[in-house]
Amino acid sequence: MIELIKGGLIMVGAIFMFLAALGLVRMPDLLTRMHATTKAATLGATLIMLAVALHFAEVAVVARAFGVIFFIMMTAPVAAHVIGRAGYFVGARLWSGTVKDELRPNYDPLTHQLKSGLETHENAKRHPRDTDPD
Amino acid sequence: MSTVILLSLALMCLALCLAFVRLFKGPSLPDRVVALELFSSILVGTIGLVAIATDVPSLLDVAIVMALMAFMAAIGFARFLERGGPRDD
Repeated sequence: MIELIKGGLIMVGAIFMFLAALGLVRMPDLLTRMHATTKAATLGATLIMLAVALHFAEVAVVARAFGVIFFIMMTAPVAAHVIGRAGYFVGARLWSGTVKDELRPNYDPLTHQLKSGLETHENAKRHPRDTDPD
Repeated sequence: MSTVILLSLALMCLALCLAFVRLFKGPSLPDRVVALELFSSILVGTIGLVAIATDVPSLLDVAIVMALMAFMAAIGFARFLERGGPRDD
């Protein structure tokens, strides 16, 4: 039974990693490529580490395997966020079929300023209220 | 069991080759950094598989170090990109 579960975990993990690599080659732009790789590769490594924990079934090894899983789950989103942010700043081209880029109208790449679209002269004025302290 | 491990190793080898294709072609530096990230993830999985195949649990330490180094490399590359160092890609 354990052998069967182990074999299934290994196989599914390897397939997920292969799908991640396939997505990396086939996807059209940086952000979709990251979408394919980070999640699928993290899941693949997690499943294989679970198989390792099942195979050895000792406290020290299981703790280390779960340590690897925890570390990957913590760091993969951070790394993806940082790379995606850097890619956007560098000016990675988006796919021609992209429907929406909400950052483009509000973000100034030269000054790194993000606008809300409400910076009018009327909003910049101060309106004192009765409840304000003197 | 060994058939399953062999099959998965072959699949992951193929995945490494595909990631290398993107590393070679990748139109810009961020694409290549993403390919390197995937490299390290696949390597962590491969080390786990080798640990199962050879019954050596110490190999897990190698996997931990591999994941750590990949994270540091990604952060370093991203800092480099944002600061705008010299590059030709």
